[in-house]
Amino acid sequence: MPTISVDKAALFQELGREYTTEEFDELCFEFGIELDEDTTNSDRPIVDGKQEPPQLKIEIPANRYDLLCFEGIALMLNIFLGRNPLPEYKLTQPARMEQIIVKEDTTKIRPYVAGAILRNIKFDQARYASFIALQDKLHQNLARQRTLVSIGTHDLDTVKGPFTYEALPPKDIKFTPLNQTQEMDGEELMNFYEKHQQLGKYLHIIRDSPVYPVIYDSNRTVCSLPPIINGDRSKISLDTTNVLIEVTALDKTKLDIVSKMMVTMFSQYTLEPFTIEPVEIVSEHNNETRVTPDIAPRTAQAEVSYINQCCGLSLSPAEICTLLTKMAFRAKPSATSLDIINVEIPPTRADVLHQCDIMEDVAIAYGFNSLPRAFPNISGTVAQPLPINKLSDIVRVETAMAGWSEVLPLILCSHDENFGWLNRKDDGNTAVKLANPKTLEFQVVRTSLLPGLLKTIRENKHHSVPMKIFEVSDVAFKDLSLERKSRNERHFAAAFYGKTSGFEVVHGLLDRVMAMLKTDFLAEGETPKGDSYYIKELDDPTYFPGHAASIHVCIGGKDKDIGSFGILHPTVLEKYELKYPVSSLELNVEAFM
Amino acid sequence: MASDLTNQILDALSASDAPILSSEAFPSTPSLNVKSALDRLESRQMVQYETLEKEIVTLTAEGQEIASNGSHEAKVFAVVLAAMDGLKISDLPGIVGKENAKVGQGNAFKRGWIKKDKDLLRASADSIVDETQQQLLAVQKTKTLDDKKVMADLKRRKLIGLAKELAFKITKGPKYAREFVKEQTDLTPEMIANGSWKTAHLKPYNFNAKGAPTPSGTLHPLNKVRQEFRNIFFDMGFEEMPTNRFVETGFWNFDALFVPQQHPARDLQDTFYISDPAVADPPREDPPNEPNPPAQLKADNPLDYKKYWDNVREVHEHGKFGSIGYRYPWSADESLRLVLRTHTTSISTYMLHKLAANPRPARFFSIDRVFRNESVDATHLAEFHQVEGVIADFGLTLGGLIGFMEVFFAKMGIHKLRFKPAYNPYTEPSMEIFGYHDGLGKWVEIGNSGMFRPEMLESMGLPKDLRVYGWGLSLERPTMIKYAVSNIRELLGHKVDLHFIESNPAVRLEKD
Repeated sequence: MPTISVDKAALFQELGREYTTEEFDELCFEFGIELDEDTTNSDRPIVDGKQEPPQLKIEIPANRYDLLCFEGIALMLNIFLGRNPLPEYKLTQPARMEQIIVKEDTTKIRPYVAGAILRNIKFDQARYASFIALQDKLHQNLARQRTLVSIGTHDLDTVKGPFTYEALPPKDIKFTPLNQTQEMDGEELMNFYEKHQQLGKYLHIIRDSPVYPVIYDSNRTVCSLPPIINGDRSKISLDTTNVLIEVTALDKTKLDIVSKMMVTMFSQYTLEPFTIEPVEIVSEHNNETRVTPDIAPRTAQAEVSYINQCCGLSLSPAEICTLLTKMAFRAKPSATSLDIINVEIPPTRADVLHQCDIMEDVAIAYGFNSLPRAFPNISGTVAQPLPINKLSDIVRVETAMAGWSEVLPLILCSHDENFGWLNRKDDGNTAVKLANPKTLEFQVVRTSLLPGLLKTIRENKHHSVPMKIFEVSDVAFKDLSLERKSRNERHFAAAFYGKTSGFEVVHGLLDRVMAMLKTDFLAEGETPKGDSYYIKELDDPTYFPGHAASIHVCIGGKDKDIGSFGILHPTVLEKYELKYPVSSLELNVEAFM
Repeated sequence: MASDLTNQILDALSASDAPILSSEAFPSTPSLNVKSALDRLESRQMVQYETLEKEIVTLTAEGQEIASNGSHEAKVFAVVLAAMDGLKISDLPGIVGKENAKVGQGNAFKRGWIKKDKDLLRASADSIVDETQQQLLAVQKTKTLDDKKVMADLKRRKLIGLAKELAFKITKGPKYAREFVKEQTDLTPEMIANGSWKTAHLKPYNFNAKGAPTPSGTLHPLNKVRQEFRNIFFDMGFEEMPTNRFVETGFWNFDALFVPQQHPARDLQDTFYISDPAVADPPREDPPNEPNPPAQLKADNPLDYKKYWDNVREVHEHGKFGSIGYRYPWSADESLRLVLRTHTTSISTYMLHKLAANPRPARFFSIDRVFRNESVDATHLAEFHQVEGVIADFGLTLGGLIGFMEVFFAKMGIHKLRFKPAYNPYTEPSMEIFGYHDGLGKWVEIGNSGMFRPEMLESMGLPKDLRVYGWGLSLERPTMIKYAVSNIRELLGHKVDLHFIESNPAVRLEKD
């Protein structure tokens, strides 16, 4: 969730009163944002010899793009508090509408563009900083690091429309980038910014494309090279009064949202507040010719019965409409149906998708903590554990009662830990492998519980010996027959670490657990009566030769190899840095389901 | 030996009830031996004693030599006297030794016992009194020396030293007897068999020490907390979900939950993607070999998986079921990517979809491992446990969710809750649950909750008026708060201290 820093004094001035930290925290809590920090009593940085004034750091829900700047937070809180009317955003009707003419080649790289103009805007230091910061926040969040959407802002008085949005080979684009002095072409620009701290990370978005998106004015001045950088010529400053905002995107919905946020938040500083001058996008090749931004509210309908039912309230349509006003909606009971209210979703509220979003805002306006409490007490389910978990619990408790300690290692491990270190070979059809781990510790999903047990012993060498540990948990295997191409398997494993090998101790644990699972030992030559098990000498490089056995069960007449136990091979011990012998046991408990 | 000494002490006391002094009764026995004998007697209340500490004068080795054999000057005098015709000075060291000759000659001159006659020494008296020897003999006997001047002189000459001596003033104890009977360390089968227990004295038990450590197995502390949570769910009528499935598809983990494909949670930075196996199948009927098919939900009506897939696509791409959707081109490939589940809500989704075959009230829960591609630090691991509960019912209200949370958390001893509006892509309304922590003196976020979005539920084919609560919390976080564990690696994983596992007390969430 994004965190926004706002100037405390300025915000309280906007809200018309002082708040204590607790009071403001309470207001945020009720509204659904979170006061992370009030820096009044913290060490604040000193910039240009002046200490930064106290800040409020506020955490914003990830879908409330309208709260990503000071202007939005102040406006929405004022509306919530009933201090401000809902703003009415208006498009002006200029004598000659600015145009952005879109060339077809842009479909190859970044197909969508929108524009808007804020005329006669008045910046000051704080507004200007907020204007820049909002672009940055939108770039980081909704625009996914400029990949989906990017914003360019220009001093309209330095360039001349109509503008064109084109896609050209990098060599053919020549301009002086923002705050630079030398002209460069697209290729040179990529090299120039390669190591740049802020911009370097965006180059990949277009770098390898044969054409780069570019916006020109009518004099072939480059306004911007989206999503990387603007031209120096059209840069805005504190004194800029007419701002051209252009937005380019891969995704039309997000283009639309970003455009709306930029203009609604800052149109309050234009000579006539909340007015926006539109721009015509001429895009004949893909039928996207239109006027932007589209700030008309969307009308949605919400059912009174649904809202009341979900909230556990019995509000009248008029009461619901009043509550919705606090959340910046204009709502009116429908003239045709008693159960319907018509809700105007303002351009600022891109998060509203369904009437459930409207219902939630009614609940917030009413106060979550004031809602009538109930206790849902009907249920069609009978309490019961998952059968495999119940079985696991039997094995866990019996093993602990036999004097073993339960451990809980991680499920992810390195490839070596799972295979090579256990003298096991990866046949490529066994383990689920991760594509993007941050460390080598997490390369595969374990196929055995052994690595975790051995690592636990390794990290506990200060503990007295013998150590007797166990785990009952899942491993996973590839299984191409299933929808998810893999399956879990519940295993039981134990390890003995001490000055003697503990082979018989581990064998004894197996006998004990089998006895508790009502599975009889089957001596050679005997015919099984009920469920039974037997062991057979096993030749397996994980174990010391001649000191390992496979474990077999006969359940319901079926013979199944469910695991093995033995003294671990000294080369295994060496890999896991263990000084004393270890005997281990591992078996699949699903056979006992 | 010591046992003899105990009897000697008892003997010494037998004469009268008057106290005796160890320094008088056992002057030659080292005081440590006396003390251990006394301690044994005292532990059985046969004697009582007081420790007396006094300063004594002792002889140095040289002092002892002089006390036995006379001073250097007396030795010199003796040999000079014995030599009738005088003794050659140069012969003296050969007779009495260098040291005696050097010190003794000077002192003997000083005292006027001998005189020099050219190179000969002659006695100037017939007999002498060896004062030094006498003083030292007196010290040896009394261990005291009152004459300060003599004391200083002898000390200077390194013939005496000062030391501490322990002595004990011993009286009869309440259980005094003439004989010290041997103590038995323990009651034995033989004693029971031969009846000797009747007269036996058992060694008194040390009630200040701990008993012998009990070798014991133990369950892991986190699993003990998990069991408490499971019990709470069982108490409230919940069925456990089949979460034994680590690998999920983008579809079940994200798309079906109405998480858009560009959502940051789906970033490589946050989610583990699977490289092998490569691609999943679209959702389909569980095959007969599906591990743990949920028994409760055997479908009455077959579920239409194709329809579900199409609904999910449409609701994302164009909107459906009263939603305008996210309006972006939805990619089937993205939905078929395999991931390590980032939450167990993928399983809740699977279960709710099963419920669509026969929509009715239901309560499900799970507590199992989830995976996040996080950088590991004190509060983050790439794996942790998610506790998740789901209630499906007709006509559920938001107040019902709040009311339920109050009962649920009260069972874990958290009685003061408040609820903050929040955002979550698959629940609306969404509430963060804060509990007041008395120990920390502040509100702590303890979980997330909400009502699943209609886009998610109606895509499954669930009726519009069946509403579903969902809530979740991590198992580790409340455990860390309850047991003041500051680093998650001390709780989960191979770095956990075995001693911590073995000594962690039983978990009683409602009480701790």
